[in-house]
Amino acid sequence: MIVLLPILPEILLLALGVLILILDPFLKKDEARRPFLGWFTAVGLLAALTVSLLLARPADDPAFAFGGMVRFDWLGFVFKMFFLFAAAVTALFFMDEEKLNRRAEAYLLLVAAALGMCLMASAADLVMLYLAIETTSIPLYILAGFLRQDDKSTEAGFKYLLFGALTSAVLLYGFSLIYGLTGKTGLYELGVYFNNFNLIAMGITFLVLAGLAFKVSLFPFHFWAPDVYEGAPTPVAGFLSTVSKAAGFAVLARLFAVVFVWVSDDWSLILAILATLTMTVGNLIALAQKNIKRLLAYSSIAHAGYALVGVVAFYGLGLPSVVFYLIAYVLTNLLAFGIVAVVGRVTGSDEFPAYYGLSRRSAGLGLAALVAFLSLSGMPPFAGFVAKVFVFVAAVESGWVWLAIVGVLNSIVGLYYYLNVLKYMYLYRMENQDEDQHPVPVSRPVAVALIVLVAGILLLGTLFGPWFGLATYAAAALF
Amino acid sequence: MQFPFLSVIVFTPLAAALIILVYKPEWKKAIRWTALAAGLFALMLSAWVYISYDKSAAGYQFVEKYDWMPMLGISLHFGVDGMSAPLVLLTGVVMVTGVMISWGVEDRPREFFAFLFILASGVFGVFASLDLFMLFFFYEIAVFPMYLLIAIWGWIKTREYAAMKLTLYLFVGSVISLIGALVMYFTSGQHTFNMLALETAKFTPEFQKTWFLPVFLGFAILGGIFPFHNWSPDGHVAAPTAVSMFHAGVLMKLGAFAALRVGIMLLPEGAKFWAPLIMGLALVNIVYGAFIASVQTDFKYVIGFSSVSHMGLVAMGFATLNADGMIGAGVQMFSHGVMTALFFAVVGMVYDRAHTRDIPKLGGMIKPLPLAGIGLIVGSLVSMGMPGFSGFVAEFPIFRGIWSTHLWWMAIVGAISIVVTAAYVLRVVLKVFFGKMPEEFEHHIPPINWLDKTALILLMAFMIGIGLFPALMVPWVESGVQHILALLGGA
Repeated sequence: MIVLLPILPEILLLALGVLILILDPFLKKDEARRPFLGWFTAVGLLAALTVSLLLARPADDPAFAFGGMVRFDWLGFVFKMFFLFAAAVTALFFMDEEKLNRRAEAYLLLVAAALGMCLMASAADLVMLYLAIETTSIPLYILAGFLRQDDKSTEAGFKYLLFGALTSAVLLYGFSLIYGLTGKTGLYELGVYFNNFNLIAMGITFLVLAGLAFKVSLFPFHFWAPDVYEGAPTPVAGFLSTVSKAAGFAVLARLFAVVFVWVSDDWSLILAILATLTMTVGNLIALAQKNIKRLLAYSSIAHAGYALVGVVAFYGLGLPSVVFYLIAYVLTNLLAFGIVAVVGRVTGSDEFPAYYGLSRRSAGLGLAALVAFLSLSGMPPFAGFVAKVFVFVAAVESGWVWLAIVGVLNSIVGLYYYLNVLKYMYLYRMENQDEDQHPVPVSRPVAVALIVLVAGILLLGTLFGPWFGLATYAAAALF
Repeated sequence: MQFPFLSVIVFTPLAAALIILVYKPEWKKAIRWTALAAGLFALMLSAWVYISYDKSAAGYQFVEKYDWMPMLGISLHFGVDGMSAPLVLLTGVVMVTGVMISWGVEDRPREFFAFLFILASGVFGVFASLDLFMLFFFYEIAVFPMYLLIAIWGWIKTREYAAMKLTLYLFVGSVISLIGALVMYFTSGQHTFNMLALETAKFTPEFQKTWFLPVFLGFAILGGIFPFHNWSPDGHVAAPTAVSMFHAGVLMKLGAFAALRVGIMLLPEGAKFWAPLIMGLALVNIVYGAFIASVQTDFKYVIGFSSVSHMGLVAMGFATLNADGMIGAGVQMFSHGVMTALFFAVVGMVYDRAHTRDIPKLGGMIKPLPLAGIGLIVGSLVSMGMPGFSGFVAEFPIFRGIWSTHLWWMAIVGAISIVVTAAYVLRVVLKVFFGKMPEEFEHHIPPINWLDKTALILLMAFMIGIGLFPALMVPWVESGVQHILALLGGA
């Protein structure tokens, strides 16, 4: 049994997936009981989280398992727990989406993607890593194109698949070069081959970086994000923009910590430039958007840039600040997409005019949006503020003052378009000023999810000490 | 253990905001009374803190410290000195009077009072914080509700523009200061955001000279310093009455205060080096603000630019770096706070009734609104520095302070502004409250209610009280200034 502990969350996820499949035929006949699937998935994910938290905590000393395939450490564990949590929240959002909530496949794919991400967070071998990435990606391709009757959704799914397949190939090419060169596949054995600059190391790094940059939508591999988010069902877009990105960063952090040591030691300027471009491009294009999902897509590109600032700083507070940033970002962006899903369901549109008068139509939803967008823009007492400040603290600590300044200037641009969204919700009125006649009802599962997320954002933004401690502990386990 | 006065003061408005948000939107009465009760409670506590502050002992008192994030040396660390105690009191006063004046807000009062109180919590937090990180935390909390308050409840013509402009200006300022603060944190080598520790960090003079200007100006943007004052009159004018009161009365002090706390007190060498520049900018503020105010025809813009001018005096007082100037500036922060709150309250009362703020179109308001007229006259006397009013207690030492620096001529130039100020405030008083009432207003101006009256009387009481008995405030500020001068090396 002890042997299986490192992958207990994955085993539980697998069991959950099987149970969903078994349950499905029994509920087929009875339309009224279909929502049970959503609750079952969400509660199952939370149960998996609780059980893992109680039984499968890693020891303080990291250990390898399954012949070095996975590493049983705190970084992977912390990420896994947040993936499970975020997947549970996403399952609740699924319940509100008409074309998803009655389909067992949707929940199964969600669980499968979560399983892949859990493996990504702890993979310690190139083969395992690649498999994990594919296990994550394939369910996500299907989910993005899940609405077969909807042209935009199929386009999103197909686009995501094409870009994804291409970058996967590039990534795999990089991996095969690594193996050809060193004859090794264990991540923790490779560092010695990449500890100083040479052309081959650079080439390989770029190939691998390109593959991962697609996952986390860094410039110039960000093009797919707006189209895919816009077309994909909103809860899926939320999942893509948060959890899938966090998983990508978990891999990125691990690779830079133990494999591409030459970059993190001496050549972080490359990453700094990448971060600058990602933030700036994301924010500037977001300014021109008229569709909230596209806006959030560009904003999530910009946020990948902020997180990358922490990766640039790397040592000291760098990695802990990245972990903290990702946790804060996952909560915040899930909340934002949750709100978009609700409004999209009621109004049938994701354009800005659909948001006019939202605070009068549903005061609670308005306040939730306030929390989400102010947290995205980095205002206290919400999680986004401390997360951003810690990233900049890390940058200043390792001497990247100019990068911190670029970051804060970018957050000013961000503030502008986030405030604009709030303006539509709070200031503008519906065409006939009859908001009373057009309430925005929030279903119970979504309400639960939104409240949990708001509470989490406030908790992270005020009592940030223990959380940052956890992030530090996790990051320290990386080396 | 001592009762945690300061944290209760800081978190009372926040708690009230949360309670109000739980109410149903229709419970307008309950919302207002909860707001008033919370405001009075905070005012009572802040008055208690002010009264029981031991001036002879000076230093930081009512200190509370809770470890918040020991890893990075962040703690929830509150305490007041002679500089901040009056400002805490000021915030309490403006909060209560602001609630009284906003009794008539009908559009979503629940959100209005909740946002206003979140703002108030932020303001209290900045004045009471002794931790640099927490200072920023509260500073930003004080900034963002401003956007919503102005954009939603403001003057329909300019509110979107003004709210965005204000928020972006202030955010730019604060993040620039933030970078400066982070650099200070790492350079000090003490790994603490505790400002008491940073005061003794002994940064090198070169470091101080490099970073003083960004830090000081970043905060001073909120203090309305030239050439970054542009957001302020627009913001004042677009904001609803209570928000203008808060904004000009308290928020601009927030900027000046943080510039003093973080800029001058932590980087004294930098302050000495750049003081002439700050004085020059402040002089432009004083004179230019007064002249612009004198040509405005919109009642609210007059007051808005007069704030720019008066806040220039505060910056000027700080930049003299001597006892007189600093004491004057400290008193000016309080005096201008209540004065401007009163001004905006009166403007709001007139506008709510006449539906115009165009000075040439107004007249004869003294008959229907006698107390508002008296209030405006008292405020005017304060703003022109008439002896017997708090303005004199503030402005006289500032000019004496300027006189004893090598830039003494600035006192002469600055004094011109007093004359201009006298001219434009008296013009406004004459035209709006005396003069002939236009016919369309006859019998259409309802009197103000008892809440408005109470607010006006409260504000006037402070201005006259301090004017007649400077000992009610000056010793407090003096005890704070001694500490600052010690940091400046007894200059």
